[in-house]
Amino acid sequence: MLFLDAPSMFSVTQISRYLKEVLDTDDILQDVWVQGEVSGCRLYPSGHCYFTLKDAEAQLPSVFFKAARLRSAAPDLRDGMAIAANGRISLYERDGRLQLYVESVQPLGEGALYQRFGQLKARLEAEGLFDLERKRSLPAQPSVIGIVTSPQGAAVRDMLRVLRSRYPLARVVLAPAVVRGTDAPLSIANALDLLNQHGEADVIIVGRGGGSIEELWAFNEEVVARAIARSRIPVISGVGHETDFTIADFVADHRASTPTAAAVAAVPDMQDWLKAIGEYAYSLTSLIDGILEEKGEALGQAEDDLARFSPRSQLDRLNQRLDDTTALLAERMANMLALRAERLNGIQLRLDSLSHRRTVERGYAIVRRGDGGVITSVAQVQPGEALSIEVRDGLIRATARDTQSPQNEK
Amino acid sequence: METLSFEDAFTQLEAAVAALQDGQLPLERALDYYEQGMKLARHCQSLLEQAELRVEQLRVDAAGEPETVPFE
Repeated sequence: MLFLDAPSMFSVTQISRYLKEVLDTDDILQDVWVQGEVSGCRLYPSGHCYFTLKDAEAQLPSVFFKAARLRSAAPDLRDGMAIAANGRISLYERDGRLQLYVESVQPLGEGALYQRFGQLKARLEAEGLFDLERKRSLPAQPSVIGIVTSPQGAAVRDMLRVLRSRYPLARVVLAPAVVRGTDAPLSIANALDLLNQHGEADVIIVGRGGGSIEELWAFNEEVVARAIARSRIPVISGVGHETDFTIADFVADHRASTPTAAAVAAVPDMQDWLKAIGEYAYSLTSLIDGILEEKGEALGQAEDDLARFSPRSQLDRLNQRLDDTTALLAERMANMLALRAERLNGIQLRLDSLSHRRTVERGYAIVRRGDGGVITSVAQVQPGEALSIEVRDGLIRATARDTQSPQNEK
Repeated sequence: METLSFEDAFTQLEAAVAALQDGQLPLERALDYYEQGMKLARHCQSLLEQAELRVEQLRVDAAGEPETVPFE
């Protein structure tokens, strides 16, 4: 459909570009200060911070690029902060998003506090007060525990309760201080100095119970930070705020999130000691049992040795040898007797042979065969057999002719 | 024994256990260490169980020196 006074037809790109032009050439919008509350703040890994600046009736998308943030040394933005942001307002055509490109930020009210906090933190950090090397280790068995806190209030009662149940052996020295209001920072610092002057505490807990960040603000003050830094005694900070760190937390030798947690960190648990004592007693008993058993075995061994080498057993052994020797002796004797008997027999034989001579001396003759056997009967001789005849003065060799016996003639 | 502090008694108890672990002791001495060790253990135990937390408050005296007074 055609209109006579047809309005100009723009593309989205064209109209967007036009809008951007309008904004970019507006004097006010090119360098404007806007005051509002930070909301929906998101910091991206790129370092760019996107948030919404708002008040009761309107809101303005904003972006704080990394380069601008670093340039302006701005404090970190957080939701709820009241700020005055300086920058230019333009259109990001791609998104159709109107936004404030922030160049610098001025915290207002509560925010001013944060700025000072940031500056003090940076300054003390540069001095090295937060360095890990500075932090001293806490004593394992403190005899005296110093506490800087208000003598009224829940914090001190909670800490005493924890100390009583965990480590009643210790002694507590409380240096009272005002922990909120304008007098607080100096009061806390003086209490820390006094404990150091007294000099008996092995560890100091400085803290107070939970509260808003304004209530805890004393612990962000430089005078408190300096007092903690110069304390010769190790300091545990126990300022009751789970997530936020105060300057005192950074300077302290150890940070606990609450006064109760600080008391727990300060002392060992009696239960652990009781357990260790029980284990040692058990060790003693089982070790002595082992030693007794070992000694008992050694004793038994000695008894065995003693039995083996005792006079009784030596005697037994000698008796045994005696028996053996006796048996041996008997055997030998028997052998000897047998030998003797043999010899005797031999002698006897010779004797026998010698007794023949007497017969021969008297005139008788002994007739022998060839082999020397004595002939005593005609039956022993064959005709023709060689014979020897022994007479008194010699031997006659003869041959048998024949034999004759009284009964029959041969 | 009664005057021995917890720290000292506990240290001696550890020493007694270490001595028995050594294993080279003559029987007489081993028994001594055992007996002594058990006494130390009982002493440590009763010290812990009977202890009461002492609490004092620090303040400045007339001369400006720190002094303690009982708390509450």
